[in-house]
Amino acid sequence: MDLSNTHLLDEAVVTTKLDAVVTWGREASLWPFVFGTACCAIEFMATAASRYDISRFGAEVLRFSPRHADLLIVAGTVSYKQAPILKQIWDQMPEPKWCVAVGACASTGGFYDNYTTLQGIDEIVPVDVYVAGCPPRPEAILDAVMDIQRQLKREPKFELRNTEFKGKLDDV
Amino acid sequence: MSDNLHLIKSSELLETITKAKNELGFTLLLDITAVDNLYKSHPPFTRFELIYILRHTNFKDIVIYKVAVEDAEIGVESISSLFSSADWAEREIFDQYGIHFKNHKTLKKILNHNEFVGHPLRKDYEITKGQYCTVSQDLMDEMKPLLDERDLDMNKDDLMIVNLGPSHPASHGTIRTLAALDGETIVAAAAEVGYLHRGFEKSCENHNYNQIIPYTDRLNYCSALMNNIAFAKTVEEMLDITVPDRGIFIRIILAELSRVIDHLVCLAAGLLDMGGQTNYWYLFNPRNNAYDFLSKLTGARLTNSYMRIGGMTHDLYDGWQSDLEDVLVKIDFGITESLKMILHNRIYNDRIQNVSPVSAKQAIDYGFTGPNLRASGVAYDLRFSDPYYYYDTFDFNMVVGSVGDTYDRMMVRFEEMNESIKIIKQAIKRMPGGDINVADKRITMPSKECVYGGIEGMMNQFKLVIDGVKVPEGEHYGAFEAANGELGFYIVSDGSGTPYKVKVRPPSFYHMAAYPKIIENYQVADAIMTLGSLNIIAGEMDR
Ligand code: SF4
Repeated sequence: MDLSNTHLLDEAVVTTKLDAVVTWGREASLWPFVFGTACCAIEFMATAASRYDISRFGAEVLRFSPRHADLLIVAGTVSYKQAPILKQIWDQMPEPKWCVAVGACASTGGFYDNYTTLQGIDEIVPVDVYVAGCPPRPEAILDAVMDIQRQLKREPKFELRNTEFKGKLDDV
Repeated sequence: MSDNLHLIKSSELLETITKAKNELGFTLLLDITAVDNLYKSHPPFTRFELIYILRHTNFKDIVIYKVAVEDAEIGVESISSLFSSADWAEREIFDQYGIHFKNHKTLKKILNHNEFVGHPLRKDYEITKGQYCTVSQDLMDEMKPLLDERDLDMNKDDLMIVNLGPSHPASHGTIRTLAALDGETIVAAAAEVGYLHRGFEKSCENHNYNQIIPYTDRLNYCSALMNNIAFAKTVEEMLDITVPDRGIFIRIILAELSRVIDHLVCLAAGLLDMGGQTNYWYLFNPRNNAYDFLSKLTGARLTNSYMRIGGMTHDLYDGWQSDLEDVLVKIDFGITESLKMILHNRIYNDRIQNVSPVSAKQAIDYGFTGPNLRASGVAYDLRFSDPYYYYDTFDFNMVVGSVGDTYDRMMVRFEEMNESIKIIKQAIKRMPGGDINVADKRITMPSKECVYGGIEGMMNQFKLVIDGVKVPEGEHYGAFEAANGELGFYIVSDGSGTPYKVKVRPPSFYHMAAYPKIIENYQVADAIMTLGSLNIIAGEMDR
C-alpha cells in the first residue's frame, strides 16, 4: 500500500485518546461475577434470561471465577458467616473492579436486623452502586449496570480504585 | 394442649422413641426443636424443653413428644442412631440452644459460624448482637472419620480434597460440600450449611403474626406465596377459624401456581447445569408470565406477602381468569417444548438415570418429603393423606417415581406441574363468590372506609396493628404440602400477639443432610446434577 496516499490512510485509521479506547472497551464488556446468595439471586437469573437479557448491555459474560471478572454483583443477604468469603472473592478480582449491591439486604441488611446478618456489604467491600428493592426488579439491576458504565467513563483510567477503603475484615 | 402431645421424662426418651418407631409405626422423624422457657409467665419446671415431631407410616397421624431437659450441659440421649435425620436436627439445637446430646457423633455448630460465641435462640441472647467472624473451618474433623470408616488414607490412596462451594455456580446459593476424590469419583463427602442463616426464628419472636408473613416469603423464595399460606393456615388452626370458601380457592390456585413456578426454576436450573441452555429459556420464560400475573394481583413479582391471618389483603381483580389461563397456556407450552428436547435425548437420560438412587426406606430415614420422597416410590402427599382445603374434591393424581434417582426426582417434578395445572383449571371453574376474609374484628383489618369514617374502625385498625392478632395460649404443629415437601410450622403462643416461638420444619434442610451420603461413589459431575434435582433452597434450609 502506498502510504503517501493520505486519502487511503484516512479510512483505515482513527485517531483518538488512549483513555477513550480503554473506556469504550471496558464499558462494553463488563464481566460480572454474581455472588448470588438468596432471593435477589433469583431475580438476577431473570435479568440474565431472555426477556430482560443483560447481554444487551454487554454484561452477559458471567464469570464464575473472580479472577476473570471486573464487576462484582452481590445479590442477596450476606451473613456474618459469609462475609469472609465475600471479602476473599473481592480480593481475588483483578483491578479495575466495580461492585454493585443488589437489594435491601446487600445494601443495608434489609429487614434482617439481627445477629446473623451483615448490615450492608459496604462494611466489608467498597460499593459503587446500590440497588433498592426487596428484591429489585430486573430492570433495576440493568439500570445498575448502566450506572457503572456511566461511572467508569468519568473515572481516571489508570489508577487503582478504592485505595482509601478500609473494611471491617481488613487487617484481621 | 393437643391430644397427640405426650410429656416424657428425659431418661425415657430413647426408649419411647424406639418404641414409637418400631412398634407404633411412627417411622418419619419430621423435626426436633427446643423451647427456652426463660421468659414464660408461668415457667415450667425446667428452662429447656425438647420437642420431637414424628409422622406415622399412614402419613396422616403425627405424634409429638415433649421432654423436659433438666440440665442443658448434660443434655439428653441422642436419637441419631434411630433416625439419620436426627443428626443435623440435634446439631441445630446444640448450636441454637446449647443443649447437649449424648452419644452424638459430630455434635458441633451447624448454622452459625464456628467462631460464633453463644446460643442465639436462647431468650437472653440479644437479637441484634452480631459477631464478625474470620476463618472458615476446614471440615477435616468430619472428613477424617469418614475416611477412616472406609479404610482410606489421603496419601496412600492418592486422594484429592476438593471444595464444591460455598460460592460455586452449581451450588445454587451458598452451600459448601467438601469431597474426597479418587480420580473423578467421590469417595467421601461432608457438607456445611448455614451461610444463609438469617435468623428467621429469632425475628419471629420479635414481630406479631402478620408481620411475620414477609419473613415467610423469604424461606423458599421460589414459591413465596406457598410459605405465606402455610404459615397463615397454621396460625388459623390455632385460632380455630377457617377462611371463607372464596379465600380457600384463591389460596389453592396460588399455592398450585407457586408449586409450578418452583418446579420450573428447579428444572430450568438443573438442565442448565447439564448444558441444556435452551431448556432454561423455555422453562424460565413462562415463569416471567406467571410473575406478571402475580405482580398485577399482589404488587410484587417474587416476594408477594399477599396472605394475612384469616385471609388475604384483597380480592382478585377483574379479568383475572383470562390472565391466568393465558399464563397456564404459556407454561404448558414451555413444558412441552422442553420435554420434546429431553425425553428421548441420550445425553439427558444417560447422565441422570441410576445416578444417586435413594431407596424408599433410606428416603424415610433421611426425612425426605415432597417430590424427592415420591421419586423414591413412597406415595406420601399431604394433599392425599390428610387433605385440607377441599383437595379431596379435586381430580388430580399423585406422581410417584420408582428408584429415586436423579432422573426420577426431575421427572416427578415435570409431571407434578401438569397435575397442578389441572387443579388450577378446576379451581378457576369452581371459584365461589363471597368473602375472602373471616368476619372477625379481632383478626381481620377493617375496610379503609371504616378506618377513615369512624372512631371504632380506627381503633380497631390501631389495635390490630399495634397488638397484632392475639393467638390463644398453646402450641401447635401445622403442616402443608409445599413445593419441596412437608413445610411445617411449630408455633408456641403465650396468648399475646407475638409468638413465643416459631420453628419451621424445612424440607430442604433434611434433603441437604442426606446429600453428602447419596453422592458417594458417583462422579463430581453427577453430584452437581443430584444437587439440582434435590432442589435445595438455601433460604428455607438455613432460615
Ligand atoms: S433484599 Fe429482599 S429479596 Fe433480596 S435477598 Fe434480601 S430479603 Fe431477599
